[in-house]
Amino acid sequence: MDLEYISIIAAALTVSAGAVGPALSEGFAVGRAMDAIARQPEAAGPLARTLFVGLAMIETTAIYCLVVALLLLYANPFIK
Amino acid sequence: MESPFVTHLAFSLGPVPISFAVVITWGIMLVLTFVAWLSCRDLKLFPGRWQTVIELLVTNIDAQIGEIFQHKKPHFLPLIGTLFIFIAVANMVDLLPGLSAPTAILETPAALAIIIFFSVHFVGIRSQGLWAYLKSYARPNIIMLPFSLLSQITRTFSMMVRLFGNIMSGQFLIGLLLAFAGLLLPIPLMALHLLISLIQAYIFAVLATVFIAAAMAADT
Repeated sequence: MDLEYISIIAAALTVSAGAVGPALSEGFAVGRAMDAIARQPEAAGPLARTLFVGLAMIETTAIYCLVVALLLLYANPFIK
Repeated sequence: MESPFVTHLAFSLGPVPISFAVVITWGIMLVLTFVAWLSCRDLKLFPGRWQTVIELLVTNIDAQIGEIFQHKKPHFLPLIGTLFIFIAVANMVDLLPGLSAPTAILETPAALAIIIFFSVHFVGIRSQGLWAYLKSYARPNIIMLPFSLLSQITRTFSMMVRLFGNIMSGQFLIGLLLAFAGLLLPIPLMALHLLISLIQAYIFAVLATVFIAAAMAADT
């Protein structure tokens, strides 16, 4: 198989793996935050801020996968 | 489709090449400064509509910063507020025809992340003293030293990549849909991109504040 095709397949696999993991964990985090807000509505402000920061941290992994996929497609060092 | 890692040069200033993203950044800076000057030129005790909007924005940012720092007295409104407003405007500037967001090119987020990197250390050394600040890297044990150093680098890198990746992927998606499906389909995604732009500006500002607050924290 050509190096180009392998890169394209690898990019697709990277993005799909980077979509599944963060999606599951973000769903988990938001669900827990909803639980906490339902239990203590007066703490919604600090909870929302912490949730946003945590979601940003989780989402970074997905963004890393996206950047790796784009590097494979557009700036692949092995394809001249 | 064009690679998102390519920067286009607008012109050269002597030996220094100037890219389009930098020109757009300068434009945003000029416009923001001009708007700020215009709205602060004639402040009244009983504000009109525009002054109310500006006051609402400034007091809200100040309150958010105060919540993160809790009982310490921070004076980071100029840094964090400017950062938030600049990133929000820079993310959304691609809605204007002919312009593209400077944060969708890797250089601008890198510059912003480096500003935060240096201000964290500056604030840490100024509030704790040099030796105490350096010692805080080896707390609770000397084994933590390499991990602390590594985390300083990775979190700066991840701030950069997060902003770049989100904004660039939004633009990329809109461009792809525009190529495939014409006029109407990209519009809901552009609305989503607006939301993401604001959220990313908020997250960048909050993370910067959290890092600075963590560097300020004394031995507790």
